[in-house]
Amino acid sequence: MMHKNWWKILGSILILYTVIGGLLIPVPKLPILHESIRNLYFHVPMWFSMIVIYTVSVVYSIKYLNSNNENHDLIAVECVNTGIVFSFVGLATGMIWANFTWGDFWPNDPKLNSAAIATLMYLAYIVLRGSIDEEQKRAKISAIYNIFAYPVMVVLIFVLPRLTDSLHPGNGGNPGFGSYDLDSNMRLVFYPAVIGWILISVWIMTIRYRIRLIENKQNQII
Amino acid sequence: MNLVSQVKYLLKKEILLEWRSKYALNGILLYVISTVFVCYLSFRTTPPLVWNALFWIIMLFAAINAIAKSFMQESRGRLLYYYQIASPQAIILAKIIYNILLMILMAVIALVFYSIVFKNEVGDEGLYFLSVIIGAISFSTVFTMISAIASKAGNNATLMAILSFPVIIPLLMLLIKLSKNAMDGLDRSVSLNEIGVLGAINLIVVATSLLLFPYLWRD
Repeated sequence: MMHKNWWKILGSILILYTVIGGLLIPVPKLPILHESIRNLYFHVPMWFSMIVIYTVSVVYSIKYLNSNNENHDLIAVECVNTGIVFSFVGLATGMIWANFTWGDFWPNDPKLNSAAIATLMYLAYIVLRGSIDEEQKRAKISAIYNIFAYPVMVVLIFVLPRLTDSLHPGNGGNPGFGSYDLDSNMRLVFYPAVIGWILISVWIMTIRYRIRLIENKQNQII
Repeated sequence: MNLVSQVKYLLKKEILLEWRSKYALNGILLYVISTVFVCYLSFRTTPPLVWNALFWIIMLFAAINAIAKSFMQESRGRLLYYYQIASPQAIILAKIIYNILLMILMAVIALVFYSIVFKNEVGDEGLYFLSVIIGAISFSTVFTMISAIASKAGNNATLMAILSFPVIIPLLMLLIKLSKNAMDGLDRSVSLNEIGVLGAINLIVVATSLLLFPYLWRD
């Protein structure tokens, strides 16, 4: 029991710590940002978790193509479902933050647009799955689209914003946020937050996956 | 038969089939020309930014319409025949190369017609032409694989559009930036970044298509 679930407990403790520590531990006083810099602990980990969970999804799509094991397809689709939730939460936290610091819910920023397009990509994946009835065919074709779209998603999120000017740190020649405005106090909360949210996202995915397994078992003809 | 000769035969067959009916070619040309004309009648004159964006939007829709057909017209029987005589890599490569040729032809005609109808200053015509050619190649590589996926999933046009738009948008953003640089007549070294990234994305897309198509083609 313990040796299998330690990471779930670790994830919960880390999240609890970042919620309390993120709101209480002192942060550097910066112009424009002020106290809203605490949103860093909640907004950025969403994107880290999303990237990790989409990567897991691609790994299982590749596994599915090699094995034709239905469970691999289930993991891949539940990863995408979870990733979409995280991307929506990331967009929402980002929009609120943008409204306070940049004065607009949707400033014309390449990172925002890229994130929105990446979300469209995975929503298209869900629609593609909905359009095919036969289960094996659906699993195979959606796995192929998933693998095909992933490299483009990586370019979209990691390469394109760096080519253009962006309001986000780390883009358009701006230094990354790590280099000047993340002091040691903030690192103490930020890194645990990233690890904690990644663990939680994997946990959500495994729960959804197990629900799907049980549903499949119930629907089988005995 | 090795891969190169297979691709050569399949490509020859695609071109021959197209040449006999000239359906796709004439259809797309008419589509592009009438769209350009509709845009001309509704805009008359445009500021440079709109001129550029409008051209790429026309190209995007023409490309989707042209390439969506590339797997639809193959009947089930003919696909079965291909399975026996050719490797999957040869089939997808032949399709990609054929679509590239078709798109380049279409893009050049569209560009000529568009710049005759709409008068506009382009600073660096050579670079603009290059960006149009790169655009035609990018549309073909991405849409060929997407149309293969869409054709397996019931062949409807909506699916083709929603699957391909998110994948093509990053390329389109780079293309619009590159062609804007050309319009402003910026020094060519400024645009090397965009050309490099576009080339890299195209390589990745072709490589993943070659890897994935063997899994896709068998039912």
